[in-house]
Amino acid sequence: MLIIHQLLVDAIVRQARTDHPMETCGVVAGPAGSGTPTRLFAMDNAAKSESYFQFGPHQQLKAWREMERNGEEPIVIYHSHTSSNAYPSRADIQYASEPNAHYLIISTDSRYGPSLRCFRICNGRSVEERMKVVSAYRDDAFNRLIDVGAPAAVASV
Amino acid sequence: MQIAVTIPTILRPLTGDQKQVTAHGRTLAELIDNLEQFYPGIKKRLVAEGKAHSFVNIYVNDDDVRFADNLDTTLRDGDNVTILPAVAGG
Repeated sequence: MLIIHQLLVDAIVRQARTDHPMETCGVVAGPAGSGTPTRLFAMDNAAKSESYFQFGPHQQLKAWREMERNGEEPIVIYHSHTSSNAYPSRADIQYASEPNAHYLIISTDSRYGPSLRCFRICNGRSVEERMKVVSAYRDDAFNRLIDVGAPAAVASV
Repeated sequence: MQIAVTIPTILRPLTGDQKQVTAHGRTLAELIDNLEQFYPGIKKRLVAEGKAHSFVNIYVNDDDVRFADNLDTTLRDGDNVTILPAVAGG
């Protein structure tokens, strides 16, 4: 089950709405091994597409290096579907490459959304999992780490 | 020529869970052949149709090799190679 802070979800929804009808994308990092998402890296969709997303390689490298420096790992990888429901596409399953991450999909298609669903994707299979949005994490240390900005990711590369 | 190679989580089962390994090669192609000797199975995850596989990003220092000479990218002593999963989907 994914437990995620409301502020992070709000920021993801805002980003998805802003980017609509293009797909939005990003990653939420958290302390390695904690399973708790705390820091949002909003990414540019390098594919600039309504049906596809791709992290820009330079922006991704910066974000991953920053996580490494901070002892973080990707906890949530998110993207939007702008003309279908929030369910993994074939490409989503093919490209899923962080076996430990929660894959969050938000639909900004007015027929389905806004809706958010969460999946584990591993070895070519996706399994939906429960998601709980909370106004505070039980461990206050994680609440202090919440960061919805994207210092490295939005810097020009 | 000794090159430090950073391995992403998804490929660590092939490197005995090592996050960073060292390998040799004058070009990225040679480096990957060298990695394959020690970590069999890694090459097919990194290379497809003679180019960097679309499922991964391979960087020499800060540069994505797709925007350089791909597998022919030249390596120098002390270079760092970073492999990241390409994050993409539909």
